[in-house]
Amino acid sequence: MSKISRRRFMSAGLATTAGLSGVAVAAKLAQLYGLIAPDSSGIFGPGEMLTYATHRLLVRGSLAREFPRSMISKVPFANVFAPLGADFKRLENAGFSDWRLRIDGMVARPTSLSLSDLKNFPMRSQITEVVCEEGWSYIGEWIGTSLHEVLNACGVLPQARYVVYFSIQPDWWESIDMAEAMHPQTLLTWGMNDANLPVSFGGPLRLRVPRQLGYKSVKFLQRVVITDSPKGIVSAFDPNAANYGYSWYAGI
Amino acid sequence: MPNIVSRSASLRNRKGRHAALVRVTHWITVFCFVALLVSGIEILISHPRFYWGEVGNSVSSAVFKIPIPSSRRTVPTGYGYVLSDQNGWNRYLHFEAAWALVLTGVIYVVFGLWTRHFGKNLFPDKADRTWAAFWRVIAHHLRMAPPDETEKHTYNALQRITYLAVIFVWFPLVIWTGLAMSPTLNAAVPWVVNALGGRQSARTLHFFVSVVLVLFLMVHVVMVVLTGFAVRMREMITGTTAVPKEQA
Repeated sequence: MSKISRRRFMSAGLATTAGLSGVAVAAKLAQLYGLIAPDSSGIFGPGEMLTYATHRLLVRGSLAREFPRSMISKVPFANVFAPLGADFKRLENAGFSDWRLRIDGMVARPTSLSLSDLKNFPMRSQITEVVCEEGWSYIGEWIGTSLHEVLNACGVLPQARYVVYFSIQPDWWESIDMAEAMHPQTLLTWGMNDANLPVSFGGPLRLRVPRQLGYKSVKFLQRVVITDSPKGIVSAFDPNAANYGYSWYAGI
Repeated sequence: MPNIVSRSASLRNRKGRHAALVRVTHWITVFCFVALLVSGIEILISHPRFYWGEVGNSVSSAVFKIPIPSSRRTVPTGYGYVLSDQNGWNRYLHFEAAWALVLTGVIYVVFGLWTRHFGKNLFPDKADRTWAAFWRVIAHHLRMAPPDETEKHTYNALQRITYLAVIFVWFPLVIWTGLAMSPTLNAAVPWVVNALGGRQSARTLHFFVSVVLVLFLMVHVVMVVLTGFAVRMREMITGTTAVPKEQA
């Protein structure tokens, strides 16, 4: 009995050590390959980590589903947002000719672009679905400029890991990883269904991130910052934060 | 009256009622299921309307609505007030519990195949695979008769079919319809959502499959209570069947 116990004790010890070092190595590798979401801490950390790592390992370059023209929603649903301020009204009255998109942070050439500057890039369009975490959805045609083409023009530094982007609305911002930022369908959207992007849908400029839930598609886009640090780009459970406690990764 | 479980089935599994792995995975599943149910209801409250096909929203017509207030003022519910929005942490909880449930389910199914648990304990015995045998069990239930002596050690055919359906039909379906709502997975494997008829169909099916699982849970708990709550709980916690004092 005691012999068996000792053998069992030793094999259990070895198995535990092997298991723990396995977990440690996996965590190190996950860190190295950017598989850990910035909000992977706290009681919901394990679930968040599993989802993000699985998606990033299995789904790197896949394209969001695109739909035929006949499936474009006749009456798309314009979600609500806080009243637009005086700054926005002033820009709107001038036909958004003074609207600027500032791109800075970890780029070789920080830039400020007007809407017509953006339109000088190759025009891209996609018929994709807006998917809200609440459960509703609609399909629209989205016309704009690829974020990755603009970022390439600015020269993203190699240590860049995240893109943080801000609305003109106070306290409205989001962030995505470089894989999502450089994805061909991540679109600086200035047109919708063959017209300018209406204000009710985030015009004059909205970032469309079609592989993630709607809350990542920030309206009235004014600033894009490239960073290498996950610190401060997500503040889950802070009711004043941009994401109201929603998970940082919204591909699920 | 013949026993409602065939003799060969009742003779097996005499020693312990439930294997340790079955008991552990059972309770983890209970814990995860409750978490998924509560968080699922909370998520549902943000848009208690259902659609069919690819798209659906507050300005399109719903297939059906659940007559409850919503946590969003954009949803036309007919109520004059809006509930508090708790979707943030409930979504975290929903997906974490889903991961725990799926991983537990994988361990259980691998264990079940490895030890032939499904064949031995859940797949109905040859003698029980007849309409007459099923009818016998159903009639037994309809008479509200107490459980047969043989059922102390094993499951009757109706229970077996129900458990197999929950394990191999309803849980896989709820996982499939849930995964079909992930926009990134839609990009990677579009057939997962397309085969269901679109995103909103997947959401509606996810709701109905969840309802089936909740109905199963309710019947399951009622049966446990009716057939002896303490005994059934002891079996699923300690693994041993309670032996009446006079027989001990």
